[in-house]
Amino acid sequence: MSSVSLQNIDISYGNVPIVKKLDLTIKDGEFLVLLGPSGCGKSTLLNAIGGLTDVSGGSIFFNDKDVTWTDPKDRGIGMVFQSYALYPTMSVERNLSFGLRIAGIDRATIEKKVKWASELLQIDHLLDRKPSALSGGQRQRVAIGRALVRDADIFLFDEPLSNLDAKLRAELRLEIKKLHKTLKSTMIYVTHDQIEALTLADRIAVMKDGIIQQLDTPLNVYNKPANEFVGSFLGSPAMNKVEGRLVSEGESRFFIAGDFRLDVSRYPFAQNIESSRKVVLGLRPEHILPANGSAAAIEGQVSLVEPMGSNILAWSTFDGVSLSHLVGQDDSCEADRTFPVTIDVQKASFFDAETGWRL
Amino acid sequence: MSQAKSATTKRPLTYHEVWGRVGIYAFLGVLALFFLLPLYVMLVTSFKSMDEVRLGLIFSLPQQFSIDAWVKAWTSACTGLECTGLQVGFGNSVKILVPSVVLSILLGALNGYALSFWKVRGANVLFACLLLGSFVPYQVFIYPLVRFYAKTGIYGSLPAIVITHIIFGMPVMTLLFRNYYSGLPLELFKAARIDGAGFWKIFFSIILPMSVPIAIVAVIMQVTAIWNDFLLGLVFAGRDNLPMTVQLNNIVNTTTGERAYNVNMAATVLTSLVPLTVYLVSGRWFVRGIASGAVKG
Ligand SMILES: Nc1ncnc2c1ncn2[C@@H]1O[C@H](COP(=O)(O)OP(=O)(O)OP(=O)(O)O)[C@@H](O)[C@H]1O
Ligand SMILES: [Mg+2]
Repeated sequence: MSSVSLQNIDISYGNVPIVKKLDLTIKDGEFLVLLGPSGCGKSTLLNAIGGLTDVSGGSIFFNDKDVTWTDPKDRGIGMVFQSYALYPTMSVERNLSFGLRIAGIDRATIEKKVKWASELLQIDHLLDRKPSALSGGQRQRVAIGRALVRDADIFLFDEPLSNLDAKLRAELRLEIKKLHKTLKSTMIYVTHDQIEALTLADRIAVMKDGIIQQLDTPLNVYNKPANEFVGSFLGSPAMNKVEGRLVSEGESRFFIAGDFRLDVSRYPFAQNIESSRKVVLGLRPEHILPANGSAAAIEGQVSLVEPMGSNILAWSTFDGVSLSHLVGQDDSCEADRTFPVTIDVQKASFFDAETGWRL
Repeated sequence: MSQAKSATTKRPLTYHEVWGRVGIYAFLGVLALFFLLPLYVMLVTSFKSMDEVRLGLIFSLPQQFSIDAWVKAWTSACTGLECTGLQVGFGNSVKILVPSVVLSILLGALNGYALSFWKVRGANVLFACLLLGSFVPYQVFIYPLVRFYAKTGIYGSLPAIVITHIIFGMPVMTLLFRNYYSGLPLELFKAARIDGAGFWKIFFSIILPMSVPIAIVAVIMQVTAIWNDFLLGLVFAGRDNLPMTVQLNNIVNTTTGERAYNVNMAATVLTSLVPLTVYLVSGRWFVRGIASGAVKG
């Protein structure tokens, strides 16, 4: 087991900086997810941790040992790639044992390890097949198995499930989680799928343009996004964003956007806010609740409803502000009618209109 | 795509299309005849006796079918002073061909592998130079190479001609393999690095076994080119290693006495047999190599 510490990492391709001045510490046995949109540098960073891409600045430490220039094979890592990257001319058994054979480990041990990994991943009946004779899910298991037999301290996953269909993805996601429970090794997992990130991670690092925007537990990343980008990147259906001003009136504080007026006195601001500051209000659809006769209800004009299975996403206009919100199937919310809601202000987010950072 | 294609061919053809087809096939047929005609003439002539050849009916079938000309071409036709037929040249050609083909392909594969996976500093410049090399007419190199071999003392020997073939085959072989390898996923290579494989291990255990389809293409190209080579063999191989093509030329161009057209024809067909066989045999392997999924993981 190992902790990982990245200090002031810079990575560039030619003259193009991809990862900039990045600091990140991953605890021993932690499951860290790197989450971010396509092209933000997640794979690049992961490759650098694995020693497959050279950093142009900064240092990488495993357990306080500087491994910045250590060869990939000596880092004690196992890596699973997005494209599986199985050796196509070798059988599953050979794929699993390739690294061990190179390391010159004796036959009996190799056999034992291959057996252990293949049973754990339920691929023991496929050992004689070539990768081309496997399904996508089976290939991915073999790829994971290849990382497992190496007795790695650190596992690196680069979007291992993105080529699979939704059902298989959910299945394998669960298995990876179980695997982490069993092995208790450090895992770094790259994805752009927020569900994967939220379900698997101990902590999530949300990246954009090679910079970590927020590093926190899934709950905090979801509930208290550090900036507008994180707020809108996570959550489906997406967060509502409304531009407006904060106005203090006596003890109370209001959010005002045109005719729209919301009492936000109960919102826990992290700092003192001067009056009439320009802000963006971030409201998740599930934090706008059917009023059920509450006194603080505001009326919305429903313009569209989208049934989503377990509940319904409604689009309504409140005093000129259009918001999406979730309603139950029994709430009789129909288009072109009015519908009363209450807004859970404590769970809302306010961002500075200029910088986008959380207030 | 294939579905759409078969759908169009399954549909009954219209009147116009039928005539279109007939036209196309007629055209192709005429072309094929045109190209096959010399071969036909060669074959029928080679099975005639000289008496029959003298009649000058080059398109007629042999009256008396005889393989004497073939036997003579192989065992006793005169190539200059010696009269031992083509068999010596055949042996020489094989001796030149096998190491030249194997080594030039290995070297091309190795070059392509290094260029596409190891990203050596200045790899692109190197590659550009190699490509440029393949555009320089090779007559330009002959004299410097002669001097070079003479200085190193291997001029006119088997190593000299093999090295020459390797050098001249390298640009194309490198290009061929580099292009093939650049289509392979880089992650495969990364996975092997993490598994602890080094430069040679990755090459021999992973990359080379995946290269079967392109290697077959390379074999076809190199066998044809090296077997058909005349100039390099004449210049570099030396008296004892003259390849079949050079000896064929000697047989055909002997000026003393009557020209034995039947022997010349037989000798020519014999000489072209190897490239022909390679095409026929390896074509099937080639298709099989692709179909067996050697390319896709
Ligand atoms: N070999 C390369 N040469 C030049 N630029 C590259 C190279 N590889 C990646 N990049 C660039 O680096 C940036 C980050 O790429 P990276 O593969 O790390 O993205 P990612 O976050 O993993 O995206 P995805 O989710 O699509 O996999 C991209 O803008 C990409 O264009
Ligand atoms: Mg990626």
